[in-house]
Amino acid sequence: MRDRSVRTLLAALAVVALVAAACGKDKGTDSTTGATDTGGASGGTLVFGASADPVSLDGAYVSDGESLRVIDQIFETLVTTKRGGTDPVPSLAKSWSASADGLAWTFDLQSGVKFHDGTAFDAAAVCTNFDRWYNFKGLQQSPSVSYYWSTVFGGFKTQDNSDVPAESLYKSCQAEGATKAVINLTKPSSSFIAGLAVPAFSIASPKALKDYEADKISGTEDSPAFDGTFGTQHPVGTGPFKFDSWNVGDKLTIVKNADYWGTKAKLDKVIFRPIADGPARRQALESGEIQGYDNVDPGDIDSLKSGFQILERPAFNVGYVGFNQAKPPLDNIKIRQAIAHALNRPALLKAKYPAGAEVAKEFEPPQLFGYNPAVTEYAYDPTMAKKLIAESGVTKPTIEFWYPTGVSRPYMPEPEANFQAFKADLEAVGFTVVPKSAPWRPDYNQTVNSGGAQVYLLGWTGDFGDPDNFVGTFFQAKSPSWGFDNPEIFSKLDAAEKETDQAKRTQLYKDANKLISDFVPGVPYVHTKPALAFAKSVKGYVPSPVSLEPFSIVTVG
Amino acid sequence: MLKFVVRRLVQLVPILLGLSLLVFAWVRALPGGPETALLGERATPARVAEVRRAYGLDRPLYQQYGSYMGRVVRLDFGQSIATQRSVASEIRRRFPATIELTLAAMVFAIGLGLPLGFLAARRAGTALDQLSMGGSLLGISVPVFFLAFILKYVFAVKLGWLPTVGRLDVLRTVSHPTGFYVLDAVLTLDFPTLVDALRHLVLPGIALGTIPLAIVTRITRAAVLEVVNEDYVRTARAKGLTAGVVNRRHVLKNAMLPITTVIGLQTGLLLSGAVLTEIVFAWGGMGSFLYQAVFDRDFPVLQGGILFLAVVFVLVNLLVDISYGLLDPRIRVR
Repeated sequence: MRDRSVRTLLAALAVVALVAAACGKDKGTDSTTGATDTGGASGGTLVFGASADPVSLDGAYVSDGESLRVIDQIFETLVTTKRGGTDPVPSLAKSWSASADGLAWTFDLQSGVKFHDGTAFDAAAVCTNFDRWYNFKGLQQSPSVSYYWSTVFGGFKTQDNSDVPAESLYKSCQAEGATKAVINLTKPSSSFIAGLAVPAFSIASPKALKDYEADKISGTEDSPAFDGTFGTQHPVGTGPFKFDSWNVGDKLTIVKNADYWGTKAKLDKVIFRPIADGPARRQALESGEIQGYDNVDPGDIDSLKSGFQILERPAFNVGYVGFNQAKPPLDNIKIRQAIAHALNRPALLKAKYPAGAEVAKEFEPPQLFGYNPAVTEYAYDPTMAKKLIAESGVTKPTIEFWYPTGVSRPYMPEPEANFQAFKADLEAVGFTVVPKSAPWRPDYNQTVNSGGAQVYLLGWTGDFGDPDNFVGTFFQAKSPSWGFDNPEIFSKLDAAEKETDQAKRTQLYKDANKLISDFVPGVPYVHTKPALAFAKSVKGYVPSPVSLEPFSIVTVG
Repeated sequence: MLKFVVRRLVQLVPILLGLSLLVFAWVRALPGGPETALLGERATPARVAEVRRAYGLDRPLYQQYGSYMGRVVRLDFGQSIATQRSVASEIRRRFPATIELTLAAMVFAIGLGLPLGFLAARRAGTALDQLSMGGSLLGISVPVFFLAFILKYVFAVKLGWLPTVGRLDVLRTVSHPTGFYVLDAVLTLDFPTLVDALRHLVLPGIALGTIPLAIVTRITRAAVLEVVNEDYVRTARAKGLTAGVVNRRHVLKNAMLPITTVIGLQTGLLLSGAVLTEIVFAWGGMGSFLYQAVFDRDFPVLQGGILFLAVVFVLVNLLVDISYGLLDPRIRVR
């Protein structure tokens, strides 16, 4: 009996061994050969590890990076950014100019461009898209759905509820012939040009939008349903890649557009594979199942460098300590200055951030115009901090210091470590620090944004290449999280947003950054450079601060 | 038997009603809501209020529950707030992946656990017994994500034998009529895809099956040990039956009752969402679906997904109950 049992077990183990052997035999023919199967300098397939599936491929309805990455390959916008930078450069528009009053912007369009469905791209198509966005109704107006429209243009034609801004920057669009589109604004603004580079403003085929019911929303009040298939099965743009297929949770495939009007894509195919887990993306790269991925864990950078390429995105974020001036003693500028001098920012960056992180001096990254190298700086100086506390008239200052848990952001990989370092710095100069924490999503954000936090760790990653998206977002109007009212700063930023002369705009933002720095609404402390990792066979990928990174110029092999 | 099944199915109704209420209350008891999860840093109070209104979250709870139940009875779980996709169609698409992974894990657990447990019992106190019990203790103790990481590191990164993520090689373009990739490959007589799908199942199957393997091994050992000393086993041996017949007809058959219970419970548990395994292997099943929904506070997904899995769990248990009657003629349901 024993012998037979042993034989049974041995047989079972033999089966397992055979399966393993069969697996081994297959090495190099399937997924492990992803890299070797993908061809030479031109042609081939690139498999890119995404952190999630896109939400939709209809740019008007999304604001997440994974959606925008794919949309940017299939669609084009009127304006894009200089490769690897933030300056607006032509795309579907060859050039643009503003009327003297800054209210009418004329875009000269490329001619001979066709959408993937064969219909012509022209001024009428541009106006159809802008009018579509402006006429969004009900749920379409929700900031979670049309985030970029409300960020760049504000309101819609109708105000379907009181929380949507009543006024829109957008007024109308006129097609003047096939190659001139005029966009009329309700007030002068220049920041919208940089905003137009966001793939959310991709120009889609009007025919496809209609045929595939991009605007069809049904369902009930508490369960609205987006029924159209434009964003999931039929996204039709003018870009160097065409949509091929999307098996949610598995892969999204785009293929080369052989009829592209510009320089054609070098790759035949790009496959985006959703892998939510960071270590799993790394192992998939190491095993050859993908050839690149984004948001490399800072802890992985050094070890990946030996066998792979690490590409850094230019800094386009800022991590800062925010002060709510509605909560004393933060209304006292001496206390704010004391905190700024007490924080040892270089030491924190050295200890806790990957190479490439820079100490921030102001609330916008150095690559962006309007950055002012001559703002007031608050160097690490505990003696000065103690002196300022003494001058403030506040004895034994106590502050509630908030930090988020359960999150890692590019500008704040380990929030608790930042908090601990800053807490020690502050206590060393005489502050009593009361620790406060909450889970990042949603409690922490809610607390900070509703003005519930006194001193807090936060940051921002830019949406588009304009200072309005950094300092304008933070300081152009009164907000509960900052809790101050400073008309001088508000009006300076208003003027900067409206100015159409680029040189004057730049100077206005420089002035605003100086004012902000003197006012110390918070302490910016870091700009980081998110990293991408690629197999060595991948060439030509250019990281962009605003993540506008065309796969059309990339080769594998 | 039919009466029993019908009665158990009728009993499901109040259970499901209670469950639906529990799930509804639980997702709303989570701190925050989908609005702040969706908006992140950009969650200004005005924007939060707007999203709440858009999704009807500003209405009284009883109204929200009423309309939710109204839809559930029509098998309409609504639309995901985060991805705008239909929850029901996402479940239809993802559940086969979870079933496939669960089956792989259970094949591994039962295929190894039964003989190991049996042998350990028959050789109780020997080195083999110690080894299998020690191994099963280790199997229960090692966190799944760690085991998965090690398995992938050894078999994919270092040896290059097996893939680390997904259900099929991304370069493979095949149709999936049923959503069960292995079955689809068999139905379409596509042998390369069958091999590929099986290769993708090996590591997640082992990672997910390790805990059930340990449990099945231990329970089998305990059950067999209890049965081998029974009088009827001694009698069977005394009658001169061969060892194989005694083991098959008398030992294993009588030991199967507790083992079946454990296998049923484990299968139900795995089907209810192998969250960590699905995440680390980028396996697009129910576990990863619900995992993301918790972060997004995606109420429709959480409500629909959890309710669906609860029903599956209850049904699996019903199957286990039915199997008792088949395994042991003394248990006759009245």
